Amino acid sequence: MEAAMGLMRRIHPKQSETALSALLSLLPHHSSDLLSQVDQPLQVLCDVDCGKEFILCEYNRDADSYRSPWSNKYHPPLEDAPYPSSELRKLEIEANEVFAIYRDQYYEGGISSVYLWEDDDSEGFVACFLIKKDGSKTGQGRRGYLQEGAWDAIHVIEVGPEDEGTAHYCLTSTVMLSLTTNDESSGTFSLSGSIRRQMNMDLAIADGHLCNMGRMIEEMEGKLRNSLDQVYFGKTKEMVCTLRPPAEVVMRLPNS
Amino acid sequence: MAEEEYPDVELSDKQKKEIAKWFLLNSPAGEIQYVAKDLRSVLNDERIYNEAAQEAFPLYNKSHIICLEFPDRSGDVLITSYNELDKNEYLDPRTAQVATVNHVKQVCTEVRPAADEELPSPYIEDFRCTLDAEILKYVGEAYPKGICSVYCVNGKDVEGPGSNFELVVVISAVKNSPKNFCNGSWRSVWNIEFKDDMQMLAIRGKIQVDAHYFEEGNVQLDAKNECRDETMFQAPDDCALSITNTIRHHEAEYLASLEESYSNLPDTTFKDLRRKLPVTRTLFPWHNTLQFSLTRDIQKELGIGK
Repeated sequence: MEAAMGLMRRIHPKQSETALSALLSLLPHHSSDLLSQVDQPLQVLCDVDCGKEFILCEYNRDADSYRSPWSNKYHPPLEDAPYPSSELRKLEIEANEVFAIYRDQYYEGGISSVYLWEDDDSEGFVACFLIKKDGSKTGQGRRGYLQEGAWDAIHVIEVGPEDEGTAHYCLTSTVMLSLTTNDESSGTFSLSGSIRRQMNMDLAIADGHLCNMGRMIEEMEGKLRNSLDQVYFGKTKEMVCTLRPPAEVVMRLPNS
Repeated sequence: MAEEEYPDVELSDKQKKEIAKWFLLNSPAGEIQYVAKDLRSVLNDERIYNEAAQEAFPLYNKSHIICLEFPDRSGDVLITSYNELDKNEYLDPRTAQVATVNHVKQVCTEVRPAADEELPSPYIEDFRCTLDAEILKYVGEAYPKGICSVYCVNGKDVEGPGSNFELVVVISAVKNSPKNFCNGSWRSVWNIEFKDDMQMLAIRGKIQVDAHYFEEGNVQLDAKNECRDETMFQAPDDCALSITNTIRHHEAEYLASLEESYSNLPDTTFKDLRRKLPVTRTLFPWHNTLQFSLTRDIQKELGIGK
């Protein structure tokens, strides 16, 4: 399993789906570990009731069906499927509405879905916030710079039971992205990758769970975007400049 | 998410070998040995691993243009499809030697002097060797750790003026720092067709740059470009100079365009995926989300909502 994760860490992010299915077939007995530890690009389905798209993940899946957060129905229909309690469903509806506005303000498009379910172990609940954005010029890229561009974000928050007015929130976030520009003079330029981070907080529930979860996600997304931009992309740029330093540097250090 | 059905029956050995080859061939620059180590333990079958490695390593080594040092450390040889004499033998024209390599271990085990028929004619060698000297100078200036070579890929036995021939310039620069979770490679291949009949040189270049950073994540850069140019057919010295100038010019321009792509990231390209700040330019008002149900109702009534 460690070796399998080692492979996933090295293989090109754009090939992670192929790599995962290869590993699943080589290590069928580790399939549940692999599926829970390796994040995959998000898939969407269309809710037949309201015509809106929703995102698929392990958390809204039962057998081969997926529950839509809009109509609360499984696609394809499934008998005896699990549903959140009515109280949790109420919060889920609100979370989906608000998160869609949040998503629109940051992403100028894209699809989002939020799923909630009871956490039997801790008497709290778990929420999963998903965003998928196609930023290519044929998708929803406003500025039209990207030949190809995808951003998938997965935020899973475990919310502990209330304790003296506060609750413990544990957020695990993954962002997977790829972007490619292509033009005649500069050729193909493509960056892709994924990172995962965790954040723990104890917050007063007076503001409401949604408000607390939302703030954590907003902060986390900002951090992830920033470190991808500054650190991860920056490191690859540094590498390019190590391989072939820009002209000014060469002139300054003629003997290096 | 995983639509793949898990096979009830075991994979065949052939399927396992194909999967193993896929992982090896798709290893990032400089990381095939690490991938091989993990793959071996996932496969848990030495025979299948060895078969896959025998097939995948030579392909990987050539496509990544790896550089191997001679056993006596007197120089090194690039592994490319242009100087491959046999599947384990690669010509180093600069020293007129042939290196025997072990692809899987990625080492050079033996060196022997090249036979006359493995080398170009004196007429071709004159062009090749003067170009090699100029390229060597350029690579020394532009790449801190660049390795280069010039091969004749067509018409190596041409004895004198009157026939066409073709040289290839290969430049490879690699930086591996696994401790810093960072590896990268720059490879450029320039084909130069010497068209005797038209008294001109047609130049085609392919540049590929990869970088991988994987500390608590996995981010990869792939950049590629192709370009064409031409220049006059002249004496070997002048050809060498003008070819090298052409390559220098295009590679410098390409580096500049890479830097520009990076500088465009924060405000243009990346913004199409996710903005730094919302369109409202202030953090999202999580404490006051009730307002949205109101505006939503209004939008709905006005028919401007989604």
